[in-house]
Amino acid sequence: MHNSSAITAITQKNKKQSQFAVVLRRLSKNPSAIIGLIVVCLLVIMAIFAPLIAPYPYDKQNLLNTRKPPSAEHIMGTDELGRDIFSRIVYGSRYSLSIGFLAVLFSNIIGMTLGALAGYFGGLVDDIIMRLIDIIQSIPGILLAIAISVVLGPGFINTLIALGFGAITMACRLMRASVLGIRHQEFLEAAISNNASTFRIITKHVIPNSFAPVLVGATMSIGNVIMSAAMLSFIGLGIQPPTPEWGAMISGGRALIRSCPWMVTFPGIFIMLTVLAFNMLGDGLRDALDPKLKK
Amino acid sequence: MGRYILKRLIWMIPVVLGVTILVFSIMYLIPGDPAKMMLSPEATPEEIAAKREELGLNEPYLVRLGKFLGGIVFRFDFGDSWVYNQPVTKELLNRFPRTLTIAVICIGLQIIIGIPLGIIAAVNQNGLGDRISMFIALFGISLPNFWIALMLILFFSVKLGWLPPFGIDGFKYYILPCIANAFPGIATQARQTRSSMLEVIRSDYITTARAKGMSELQILLKHALPNALLPVITIIGNGMGMLLAGTVVIESIFSIPGIGMYLVGGINSRDYNIVQSSVIFLALAFTFIMLLVDLAYAFIDPRIKAQFARKHKRGHHA
Repeated sequence: MHNSSAITAITQKNKKQSQFAVVLRRLSKNPSAIIGLIVVCLLVIMAIFAPLIAPYPYDKQNLLNTRKPPSAEHIMGTDELGRDIFSRIVYGSRYSLSIGFLAVLFSNIIGMTLGALAGYFGGLVDDIIMRLIDIIQSIPGILLAIAISVVLGPGFINTLIALGFGAITMACRLMRASVLGIRHQEFLEAAISNNASTFRIITKHVIPNSFAPVLVGATMSIGNVIMSAAMLSFIGLGIQPPTPEWGAMISGGRALIRSCPWMVTFPGIFIMLTVLAFNMLGDGLRDALDPKLKK
Repeated sequence: MGRYILKRLIWMIPVVLGVTILVFSIMYLIPGDPAKMMLSPEATPEEIAAKREELGLNEPYLVRLGKFLGGIVFRFDFGDSWVYNQPVTKELLNRFPRTLTIAVICIGLQIIIGIPLGIIAAVNQNGLGDRISMFIALFGISLPNFWIALMLILFFSVKLGWLPPFGIDGFKYYILPCIANAFPGIATQARQTRSSMLEVIRSDYITTARAKGMSELQILLKHALPNALLPVITIIGNGMGMLLAGTVVIESIFSIPGIGMYLVGGINSRDYNIVQSSVIFLALAFTFIMLLVDLAYAFIDPRIKAQFARKHKRGHHA
C-alpha cells in the first residue's frame, strides 16, 4: 500500500516535471518571450537593488540644479526640484512592479476560487456568481478603479484594492471556462467515486488542471494593472508625489512639457517597456501552453 | 429571433440596476460630509445640520439608494452637483456628444487600421507581414494613452506646430486626442482579427473551397472574411467600453469638455455626486452599446437565428 502510493507519487512528480519542461522548452524557442522574460527579470533586479543602482537618493533635492536636460551626471536629467530622474525611475519600479504582482495575485486567488465554484457546481451558484461578474464587467475597469480609489483615498494598499477588484472578473471567467472543460473527465469522476471531499477535489484536481489559461491571463493582466496604476496616479488618485511613481512623475512633468520634455518622456518609456515585457511573456506563455494555436 | 431580442432586453434591467447599486454603494462609503463641503467654511453646525436634512443625508442607506435609483430609472435624474448645486444630468447630456464623437472616431480608426493589419498577419502567418503587424500591435497595447497623448502634443503641437494642443473648436482639434485614444483599440482589434482569421482558415469549408479550385483571393473574400469578422464585432463593442473610459484621461489632457473631464473635475473638487453619476452614465452608455452589438450579432450570425428558430419549432411540437 505504502509502496504503491510512493510509486504513484514518483510517477506523478516525473510527469509534472516533464510537462513543465516541455512548456519551458517551447518558451525558450520563442525569442520574443525570452526578451520579455529577460526585461521582466532586469526590472525585478532593478526594483530589489534600487539603492545600489540609483546614483542618487530618489528624494535628494538640489535647488541649484533644477530642470537640467540629460547629461553625464544625470543621464535622464533632473526635475523641478533638482532630483535625479533616473534614480526616481529606478525606485519607482518598486511601486509599479509590486502593485502589478500583488493586485494580480490577490484578484486571481479570489477570481479563481469564484470561477472554480461556479464551474464546478453549476446551476444556481454559477448563475449568481456569473451574473454578478457580468454586472461588475459592465463598468469599464478603469472607471471602477477610479470610483474605488476616490472612496479609499490615495496610498499603496488602497491602489492595490482598487485595481485588484476589477481584475477578479477575468480570472473568474477563465477559471470557470477551463473548469467546465474538464468537468466531465474521468479523473474527476474517479476522485468523486473515491469519496474525496469537494474541497479536496477543487483544490487538488480542478484548480491544478485548469491553471494554464489563468496563468496566461494573469501575466497579461500584470501589464494592464501597471498601466492602470500609472493612470490613476496621473489623474491624482492612487500613489501620489513625493513617492516616485512613474505615472505621478509624468503628471508632475506635464505642466513643464514645453521646456523639459525629459521629465515626461523617460517615465513613460519605462511604463511602456514594463507593460510590453509582460505582454510579450504572456503571449509566449500562451503559445507554449497551447501549441494548437501556434500551428 | 424575437425571443432572443426579448431575453436580451430583459437582461438590461438587472444590469442597469446592478451597475447603479454597485457604484452608489461604493461611493456611499466615502468619508467626509458633503453638506460641510457645499457650505462655506464658516458655516455653523446648525447650518450644516440643516443642509444635511435638506440633502436627505440623515436618511438610512436604503432610502437614499431608493431615491437615487428611482431618480435615474423614472426621471433619468442624477441629482445635483454638491459643489455647484447644478443638475448633473443636464451637464452629462450636454457633454456626452463630445465624448461619443471621440469614441466613434476611434472605433472607425480601429476598424480601418486594425482589421486589415490582422488580415495581413493571418494570411502571411509566421511571415514578415505577420511579424511586423503583430509587433506593431504588441506595442500598441503596451502604450499608456496619457503618455502617448503628451508625446503627440510635444511633437505635433510644440515642435512642429501643426495641430492645436487643446480645446475643441473644429475637426483639427479632434485629431491628436483620437490618435492617442485609438492605439490600444487598433492593437486589440488586429490581434483578435488575426486569431479569428487563423481559426477560420483552418476549417474544412476553406479546404473544400480550395479543392473546388477557387482562387485564394475569392476564398478570402467570400468564405474566410465573413466568418472571421463575426467574433470581431464583439471586440468592437468591448472596445467601446475601453474608449469611453479612456476619454477620462484624454479629455483632461486635451481640455475637451466631455464627460471624462467632468469626472476628473469632480475628483479634484471632491464633488462626489459628479464622480458617481459620470461613472454610472458611462457604464450605462457602454451597456447600451453592448446591447446594440449583441442584437446586430444576432441579425448577422445565422447560427444564433437557427438556435432560436429550432427551439421555437420544438416548442410548437410539444
